[in-house]
Amino acid sequence: MTTFIDPSPSGVESTTAALTTAGPAPESSAAVRQPSRAPRRVRRSKQGFVHGLLTNKKAMVGMAVMLAFITLALLAPLMFPGDPSRITDMASLEPSAEHWLGTTAKGQDVMALTIHGSRSSLLVGLTVGLASTFIGILVGLASAYFGKFIDEALSLVTNVFLLLPGLPLLVILAAFLPPGLGTVILVLVITGWAGSARVLRSQALSIRSKDFVAAAAVSGERAGRIMFREILPNMASIVMGTLLACVIYGIGAQAGLEFLGLGDVSTVSWGNNLFWAGNEGALLTGSWWVFVPSGLCIALVAFALALINYAVDEVTNPRLRKITAAKASPTTTKTPGRSAA
Amino acid sequence: MRFILRRLGFYLIAFWASITLNFLLPRFMPGDPVSRMFARSTGRMQPEQIEALRKLLGVDDRPIWEQYVDYLHSIVTGQMGVSISRFPTPVTEVIASQIGWTLLLGGTALVIAAVVGNLLGILAAWRRGGAIDSALPPVLVFIGSFPYFWLAMGALYLFGVVLGWFPLRHAFTDGLEPGFTWEFISDAAAHLVLPALTIVLVSIGGWMLGMRNTMIATNAEDYITMAEAKGLRPGRIMFRYAARNAMLPSVTSFGMGLGFVVGGALLTEVVFAYPGVGYQLLNAVQGLDYPLMQGLFLTITAAVLLANFLVDILYVRLDPRVRSN
Repeated sequence: MTTFIDPSPSGVESTTAALTTAGPAPESSAAVRQPSRAPRRVRRSKQGFVHGLLTNKKAMVGMAVMLAFITLALLAPLMFPGDPSRITDMASLEPSAEHWLGTTAKGQDVMALTIHGSRSSLLVGLTVGLASTFIGILVGLASAYFGKFIDEALSLVTNVFLLLPGLPLLVILAAFLPPGLGTVILVLVITGWAGSARVLRSQALSIRSKDFVAAAAVSGERAGRIMFREILPNMASIVMGTLLACVIYGIGAQAGLEFLGLGDVSTVSWGNNLFWAGNEGALLTGSWWVFVPSGLCIALVAFALALINYAVDEVTNPRLRKITAAKASPTTTKTPGRSAA
Repeated sequence: MRFILRRLGFYLIAFWASITLNFLLPRFMPGDPVSRMFARSTGRMQPEQIEALRKLLGVDDRPIWEQYVDYLHSIVTGQMGVSISRFPTPVTEVIASQIGWTLLLGGTALVIAAVVGNLLGILAAWRRGGAIDSALPPVLVFIGSFPYFWLAMGALYLFGVVLGWFPLRHAFTDGLEPGFTWEFISDAAAHLVLPALTIVLVSIGGWMLGMRNTMIATNAEDYITMAEAKGLRPGRIMFRYAARNAMLPSVTSFGMGLGFVVGGALLTEVVFAYPGVGYQLLNAVQGLDYPLMQGLFLTITAAVLLANFLVDILYVRLDPRVRSN
């Protein structure tokens, strides 16, 4: 239950805890002496990051699954031309050569519904993820950089939003706003940004106390430049982790909202497919093939994104990498954590 | 003491924010909730009740601040209006009749998930790379990837429809008189198993991973080495030395979980048609029962805030560092 509501799963939290030393000391001194050379260094560390991801098995599996889904979503109109929700007289057919995943009680092809559904679900998930991460970055950076009153006020708002029960708030908002895809996105962003703001604030706070930030402030750089050019690049990996967690949240929460019948029931998406499956009593009549594909797709996408998230963690956090090495070694002492540390 | 007061102030602000949100939503949203609602309840409402409803939802011509003061006053005095879908029962009565079921379902699931999850996390961290540590987390993460309601419906289909082990809906068999009789309690328990089990299944992973991660950090502390050097039994070190000190984050999670018990069980209650506040909230939304909707949202928020405040007080007892600064 909490995994469904909470936009910042433990993966992100653990990154925050372990990544407080993301800005390495040599880079900060370089930034002080030769500010013009800083961007090149940032790029080099990014290359290492990309290389690390490309050689990571979890990341590769996750990215392959995501690529497959994105390809399917883009090709949907070519593979299944026409309206997938058109009602025909071939109702409740079992999977066959003609209809690979069978048909619904209204005679719609389940395969077409599922593949077309990926478009809305991925779009909403991505939009919600990007928007809430963006707000999170703004709030987190402003909080950490300005401190004092602004931090107090922003933290207060963030904590209030974190504490308000997410799902009931979603339901209430969706009930008052006119139904539509825009409403779903808006509602999910309203309830989803606070988690990322808190994670990003604590990370930005630890970078803000580093010497190179103080040096930039002394050399007279503007606040915006310090926030986005000095602090933000140094927390790229945690921004990435937050983004992935927010996308997972967006896809799951959209499905939940639509399943409750509070989305735009006329669009084809995984959540709506499940809503109609429940509405038409697909399970009670034994038509499991209507019910299974959409849920499985959501799970696969969420799992793939979670894999990428773990990979980002492993690549950017050397401690986690050593743990796998320690596991491989035959030493089975009770506390191998100490040898890794 | 200052810490407690600060937190109390924060929760009051949070509660005020949710009241204000409740006040603003029907007034500034496009469309007119009240006219939709009136259309649905023609003939059943008395003139003075219509008048009260207009006040509650802001369909009168008074200035907005005056409405706001009025609204605050009625909330503080516990007047939340009359439910439309269950006319003419007052909202407070509807909520009171349902919150017990939600607390039963959510509380049972939370306690089981927290106890089992934490134990698994302790064991996983203690034998790192062992069977529990390497096999369970990926499985739990994979299960956690599924939409919760999907798993719940699958479980309902498998164990309810196909195997017929558990009842399909509601909290007790229709026609059974609620009371402290063996018959009723066993019946309610049978209805509780499936919903509670699905919540435990999806939430246990978070407990386990959280506990495991803090426990790994605690295991690296010097006092654990010291305890080992003293030759204490491993079980004693594990529970009294390591787990005890790794417990704190779990206490916080328990507070959050306690809060979400009330609101978070919404999807469970909908899937299993369990008569709690979440199920009622969705019914209120579908039945355009705005007074009940607002009352439920306020109740849920208040419960979440209260649970968190209680955990804060507990935290002061458990963690001396909070007391000193």
